[in-house]
Amino acid sequence: MTAGTPGTGVERSYPDEAARAAIGLAAEIGANELAPAAAAAEREGRFPRAEFRLLGRAGLLALPYPAELGGGGQPYETYLQVVEELAAAWLTIGLGVSVHVLSCFGMATAGTPEQRERWLGPMLGGDLLGAYCLSEPGSGSDAAALRTQATVDGQDYLLNGTKAWISHAGQADFYTVFARTAGDPDGRDRAHGISCFHVPASTPGVTAAPAEHKMGMRASATAQMRFESARVPAGQLLGEEGRGFSIALAALDSGRLGIAACATGLAQAALNTAVGYARERRQFGRPIIEFQGLGFMLADMATAVAAARALYLAAARRRDAGLPYGREAAMAKLFASDTAMRVATDAVQVLGGYGYVEDFPAERFLREAKVLQIVEGTNQIQRLVISRSLARETRGKG
Amino acid sequence: MNIVVCVKQVPDTWSERTLRESDSTLDRDAADAVINELDEYAIEEGLRLAEAHGGEVTILSMGPDRATEAIRKALSMGADKAVHLVDDALAGSDLLGTSAALAAVLGQIGFDLVILGSESTDARTGALPAMLAERLGVPQLSYASKVEVDGSAISIHRLADYGYDTVEATLPAVVSVVEKINEPRYPTFKGIMAAKKKPVQTMSLADAGIDPATVGLANAASEVTGWAKRPPRQAGTIVTDEGDGGAKAAGFLAERKFI
Repeated sequence: MTAGTPGTGVERSYPDEAARAAIGLAAEIGANELAPAAAAAEREGRFPRAEFRLLGRAGLLALPYPAELGGGGQPYETYLQVVEELAAAWLTIGLGVSVHVLSCFGMATAGTPEQRERWLGPMLGGDLLGAYCLSEPGSGSDAAALRTQATVDGQDYLLNGTKAWISHAGQADFYTVFARTAGDPDGRDRAHGISCFHVPASTPGVTAAPAEHKMGMRASATAQMRFESARVPAGQLLGEEGRGFSIALAALDSGRLGIAACATGLAQAALNTAVGYARERRQFGRPIIEFQGLGFMLADMATAVAAARALYLAAARRRDAGLPYGREAAMAKLFASDTAMRVATDAVQVLGGYGYVEDFPAERFLREAKVLQIVEGTNQIQRLVISRSLARETRGKG
Repeated sequence: MNIVVCVKQVPDTWSERTLRESDSTLDRDAADAVINELDEYAIEEGLRLAEAHGGEVTILSMGPDRATEAIRKALSMGADKAVHLVDDALAGSDLLGTSAALAAVLGQIGFDLVILGSESTDARTGALPAMLAERLGVPQLSYASKVEVDGSAISIHRLADYGYDTVEATLPAVVSVVEKINEPRYPTFKGIMAAKKKPVQTMSLADAGIDPATVGLANAASEVTGWAKRPPRQAGTIVTDEGDGGAKAAGFLAERKFI
């Protein structure tokens, strides 16, 4: 089963009918609702809450979670291609879906039946939008060095601290927060003593700082989140106390695949823009795509995008098969985001002067691509993950 | 309430549309096929009425095998079931034949309310709802921008140049809708998957008790005697402003009776 999707026009092989339905629906909504709204919303910094609601109603915000929990019951191979189509239409949306899915991860995988019963339905149904609070001003790549404290107070925890670079800050309905219940943030065992909490936005003491002024993705709210004696009932602790970092690590690998899919989508959008322009634009009496210097550039761009897609799908299939995929997720995130950066840069070059002005999306793609080399672990961290896995390699030597 | 929404598969208005040289009927293979856009508003209105008042929404479509795509789309939006009238002898039916065939099926499956888009984007006659109502012997309420049902009473706003008329009737009835009436929903992922399992009954002419002599191209009362491709768009007129640009532009518009 292969067919071009209406959004990106990419020829995909669908694992099954459900994949065709989900990816087709994402492409349709992307083409009709997201892509036409993206440029203006990014210019004005309008947060796309209505668009997230639309995706929630369509059932596209919870695809990778089990159907019995209220999710779509889809493998990552399908979910990530949905994210790719959404990101190709509007990166803020694709990345937002990835963040939301990440925010539901702790509740879906470590929540008790009672917690899931109470909270998970509206989270997966898209009525509630999530944010993921791990990074802090002083702990980014070294996430385990987080300092936000959760101290026991009667039946509750009191959260105190500041989280940084939080997508959907001030817009989300709930925050999945990692805080320290024990241990020393500077100590060797700093990963121990971190706990994971479900914190509704309405919790007193939870506030968002003014939004960061970003280079791109201005429609997506990014800000610090402050927790000032925020009282969180013990019933909102996810998983065991002190074992939260394992949730964060497991979520991180999945999150990296989400970024890889976003990067592939953005790269595809930049490629489509460049190819469309190069076929229309005539100089010296013919379309500029017929000049080899430019045609070869587009060929390299198309090859890199296809390779990025193949790499994230290969990692996704390992995850779906229950195989280890941490290294492959890091590779996919690294390669796809570096590809997005290069393809977006080259797309500006193909459009020449038109690439540098806001009338065309190429300059926006370039500004948006950069963030993908930074989020969910910088690409230097990805190389660290890959090289460390090589150093302790047991499989496939030689 | 038993609601039937008539749905037609049409060539995509964004693709190049043409007639066949041989018999001047629509060349369906030459263009992408989509659900008639106004029919999506009819489906949405049917779903909303069923949600508000209870009952079922049945999709009725007459067309070749390929029309199942449009039917599945309608089912994925939330309709309960569908009837597909498909028979080679129906090909080339004109309005009289089409309305006779659809009326025969509607007579058989029964209805409280039939909802249609006010016209299709291919033939664009906009006359089918009236013909259908006439054949069924029920009131027609056309160009509805709002529909309200209260028991067996139905009331609509009929869109007009000057605003709207309020038109009332008693069920059963036929309603045609305009795009101002609502905003059609997207299918949901689960809706698309569920639609694959919803019942679609196919009916032939014989199943519906339709006389083959009343339908099809050979029995059509109207005939396409000639047609031509739309001429390519003419280049526009460039008005050079030499201080009198405003007057020249106004003259251009006045000449064409725009002002």
